[in-house]
Amino acid sequence: MMNNKMSFTILSRSENEHFARIVVAAFIAQLDPTVEELTDIKTSVSEAVTNCIIHGYRNDPTQEIIITVELRDGEAWISVQDFGEGIEDLAQARMPLYTSKPDLERSGMGFTIMENFMNHLTVYSIPGKGTTVEMVKVFSKTIAVVK
Amino acid sequence: MGLACEMRCKNRVLIVRMQGELDHHTAENLREEIIQQKELSNCIHIIMNFQNLSFMDSSGLGVVFGRFKQIRSQGGELVVCSVPPSIHRIFEMSGLYKVVPYVNNEEAALDFLGVTK
Ligand SMILES: Nc1ncnc2c1ncn2[C@@H]1O[C@H](COP(=O)(O)OP(=O)(O)OP(=O)(O)O)[C@@H](O)[C@H]1O
Ligand SMILES: [Mg+2]
Repeated sequence: MMNNKMSFTILSRSENEHFARIVVAAFIAQLDPTVEELTDIKTSVSEAVTNCIIHGYRNDPTQEIIITVELRDGEAWISVQDFGEGIEDLAQARMPLYTSKPDLERSGMGFTIMENFMNHLTVYSIPGKGTTVEMVKVFSKTIAVVK
Repeated sequence: MGLACEMRCKNRVLIVRMQGELDHHTAENLREEIIQQKELSNCIHIIMNFQNLSFMDSSGLGVVFGRFKQIRSQGGELVVCSVPPSIHRIFEMSGLYKVVPYVNNEEAALDFLGVTK
């Protein structure tokens, strides 16, 4: 199975949320995912990028977000990185319905959606330095081939 | 691709039909439009129709929960209808259906609100 990698940088503008998820979906298309798998990935990328913009950079549209996608043995490893304010309490942040910004009509479901839609989710964060979200999708086709 | 939104008021029920993609970028406009239309039209209840929504993330959840709280505090009801499977999963995960009534289509939603065609 072919391994492949790509990376791109976007400004922290909300217009780029749509761009980021379709670019990632287009790259992953070479693994021939199902429609549902593609939706899972698009939604998870959208969650991660939106978090960088709203929380990491507090809606400052001039900062940078780096998105990397690696295809390894039929799995997609996606990382979304910001250099913003970081997360003090990761366990609390990942709890369903926890949000630090209820006033902005956030529901605190972003991490829960990523966890449910992807096979693995790892969050690295250093307060004051930034946050990296790493997500892995294992495709049903890959599982069939391995079996 | 953005979000298009068609709204009309029928017997004091505001029907909101969304088409396209509902994310953080498009959510703010949608929120403003619903709040504004509800005031202008003097509607009491809201029906949100998701049939032609091709994408939604947690930003959409925020808009739905937000309108739900607002309309309940004013004595009205919010009903969601025609939810595609991918969005249905997100609603289920969030516990939305524990508080917000969900029906199959607009007609059933109007029925639920006691409004006849
Ligand atoms: N990139 C980030 N930088 C700083 N803080 C973050 C970042 N991502 C998440 N957080 C913190 O983790 C919390 C939970 O994130 P999550 O995405 O689950 O919910 P939310 O963004 O608050 O609401 P929703 O995603 O439902 O709109 C956030 O409220 C925020 O405090
Ligand atoms: Mg979020």
